[in-house]
Amino acid sequence: MAKMAGKQMVVEALKREGVDVIFGFPGGAIIDVYDTLEKDGTIKHVLVRHEQGAAHAADGYARASGKVGVCIATSGPGATNTVTGIATANMDSVPMVVFTGQVPTALIGNDAFQEVDIVGITRPCTKHNYLVKDVKDLPQVLKEAFYVARSGRPGPVLIDLPKDVQNGKAEFNYPQEIKLRSYNPVIEPHGKQIERAYRLIEKAKRPVIYAGGGIIISDAYKELRALAKAMYIPVTMTLMGLGGFPGTHELSLGMLGMHGTYSANMAMANSDLIIAIGARFDDRVTGKIEAFAPLAKIIHLDIDPTSIQKNVKVDVPIVGDCKRVLKKLLDAVKDAGRPAEAWRDQHQAWLQQLDAWKKRHPLTYKEEPGVIKPQNVIEKLYEMTKGRAIITTEVGQNQMWTAQFYKFDEPRTLLTSGGLGTMGYGFPAAIGAQMAFPDKLVVDVAGDGSIQMNIQEMATAMEQRLPVKIVILNNQFLGMVRQWQELFYDRRYAATEFEMTPDFVKLAEAYGAKGFRATKPEEVDDVLSKGLEAEGLAIMEFAIAREEGVFPMVPAGKATTEMLLV
Amino acid sequence: MKHTLSVSVENTPGALSRITGLFSGRAFNIESLNVAATLDPTLSHITLVTRGDEFIIEQIIKQLRRLVDVFKVVDVSEGEFVEREMSLIKVRAEEESRAEILRICDIFRCKVVDVSPKSYTLEVTGPESKLKAVIELLRPIGIKEITRTGTIAMMRERKTV
Ligand SMILES: Cc1cc2nc3c(=O)[nH]c(=O)nc-3n(C[C@H](O)[C@H](O)[C@H](O)COP(=O)(O)OP(=O)(O)OC[C@H]3O[C@@H](n4cnc5c(N)ncnc54)[C@H](O)[C@@H]3O)c2cc1C
Ligand SMILES: Cc1ncc(C[n+]2csc(CCOP(=O)(O)OP(=O)(O)O)c2C)c(N)n1
Ligand SMILES: [Mg+2]
Repeated sequence: MAKMAGKQMVVEALKREGVDVIFGFPGGAIIDVYDTLEKDGTIKHVLVRHEQGAAHAADGYARASGKVGVCIATSGPGATNTVTGIATANMDSVPMVVFTGQVPTALIGNDAFQEVDIVGITRPCTKHNYLVKDVKDLPQVLKEAFYVARSGRPGPVLIDLPKDVQNGKAEFNYPQEIKLRSYNPVIEPHGKQIERAYRLIEKAKRPVIYAGGGIIISDAYKELRALAKAMYIPVTMTLMGLGGFPGTHELSLGMLGMHGTYSANMAMANSDLIIAIGARFDDRVTGKIEAFAPLAKIIHLDIDPTSIQKNVKVDVPIVGDCKRVLKKLLDAVKDAGRPAEAWRDQHQAWLQQLDAWKKRHPLTYKEEPGVIKPQNVIEKLYEMTKGRAIITTEVGQNQMWTAQFYKFDEPRTLLTSGGLGTMGYGFPAAIGAQMAFPDKLVVDVAGDGSIQMNIQEMATAMEQRLPVKIVILNNQFLGMVRQWQELFYDRRYAATEFEMTPDFVKLAEAYGAKGFRATKPEEVDDVLSKGLEAEGLAIMEFAIAREEGVFPMVPAGKATTEMLLV
Repeated sequence: MKHTLSVSVENTPGALSRITGLFSGRAFNIESLNVAATLDPTLSHITLVTRGDEFIIEQIIKQLRRLVDVFKVVDVSEGEFVEREMSLIKVRAEEESRAEILRICDIFRCKVVDVSPKSYTLEVTGPESKLKAVIELLRPIGIKEITRTGTIAMMRERKTV
């Protein structure tokens, strides 16, 4: 067999893994791979303006499409610039492969030019990583990396490629199949556990499904809907689970947790059976852990055993892939043969109670004459996009208003940094999503603070002619932090007020994009429709009520029933 | 509760730091750690002594198993097991204390592995409790230096068929 250079192996592996686009930024330590990509010419490369943007774009591409996102950077500063993006993907279980250049193996450890121990730096924030020291190992590493990234609980995998490994030659035996003795995610659930789960469900009077990001990751949307409908069980979702069950469905309680709906948090607090599906009992969801769901038994299904019993005691743990587990549970329900009415009658009182809670405190906000309310902007965005856009968000109030007021009906339509809460995520993620779906409408809902963290990617979007739309909810504040200061720090606004923000309309124009601004409520519709209909990249800026808060809110460390309401 | 974990890992360069990183990153504690080769050159064996309530130990074991390089994790302290640790102790040995040291050595079946005009170096093997006892007895005489291997452990083979 003819020998192949490491750089060529990388390109071959990308093709065999079905990668059609990668995001990156070159430099001396990765120039050889770039050269090979260029000569090969089959893989689209998106040149970003900052490596953090490349990592978030690969992440957005992955979340929107379900495929593995790929990004590439040079050694040293290029590599460290990807770290925030890697950690973001890791916290939200996003499949990603990151390639970094490295100094030649002989120089490793020498404080060589642009050398950094990126494998050491990213060890705690990748699912796995590799420093390839011998080009002979590269085919196996490449195959493993994609397999590990996408299987089980997905996550980012980094491959560090010393320059001599890129140029060294070896035989290219790309494994077809892969089996690793030390890595075997459990996909099929244990039959006994399904039975035990069904027996609890059969008896429950006040059950609630608590659905998380795992539903979306495993494409278990249909199964979840079928299960909820078959048994008339209400569903609440985490931020990461939004879209995993239709937000407009009558059984939907919306999001739960710190900024969740009154009915969702009341449902958890009063439930006698919580069915957690692909959710990890994050502290934003449980609030004060001792007071969390005091009356409930808990069934927890998750592909990652470490998610189970990490924060709360569980009565029936089920390890397996959500989709497989839900299919089996559905079979158990069918086998039991109870008519739909029997289930409905069993839960009727509970559903009525939930309805009463929904009516008592629906998601709402106070109108103020002459002032644009951010919630209203999101409601209108929802109406105008008919709920069919892919929405990315930045972090802060803008993110929470989006979660509350945009009714996500489909999976993979909300891309947001939940676990790490990375400001600057939304816009590059939108670029990635738009690359995956060139014909879909992709909108980044941003805050005036967050958008400035990766604003440089405007140039990337223009260069690629991506018609991403950016909605900036401008309160001239780091609003979410300001809200905490208002509520818990006697309104001392330490370092949260911007005395200077750029003119976003002119900024858009400077990049050759379109910019629109609304400062009065009556301008909102017009700016939205102009912006959404504009050709190409556009910014829509809304000067919103400056000290608007996000409510409901469960103060950190409080029980989730202790909600501050509008 | 103290737990002794027996961990088999792929013999790759990063594996040990993944494990120690897991413990420091998640604020689990390590009381002792021993790493060595096994019969299979592609696997290393780690014996790890840690402490925590049942939830923490459950998390530790699951988190270890989750690492891509970890092949097998067994909590040997779940059942019957033997554990041993070895220590080298250099103790001040003046005219008046030499006999005393040798007596202690005899009682605990230690070996004298090095002798100098002013010191003895002893090799002690046994469960951690025995090492502690020897150290406590030698301490007043004057310990100059001490090194310990950390615990290694093994499940007992079942005695009945
Ligand atoms: C400003 C801010 C405010 C926030 N407020 C809230 C809030 O009010 N409410 C809220 O819910 N969140 C909120 N979050 C998000 C929160 O921090 C967490 O990110 C989120 O709650 C976690 O969601 P999840 O439990 O669905 O887990 P994810 O992080 O989505 O994890 C997915 C789980 O599914 C499992 N899984 C993956 N694949 C599969 C599979 N194939 N089969 C089975 N299981 C699988 C994984 O092992 C994991 O346990 C907020 C974040 C920010 C930044
Ligand atoms: C990189 C980063 N730095 C700091 C924070 C802390 N933080 C969370 S929300 C927030 C305010 C965000 O401001 P803006 O983007 O204007 O959004 P708003 O809350 O005003 O809608 C800050 C600073 C963060 N999440 N990410
Ligand atoms: Mg703001």
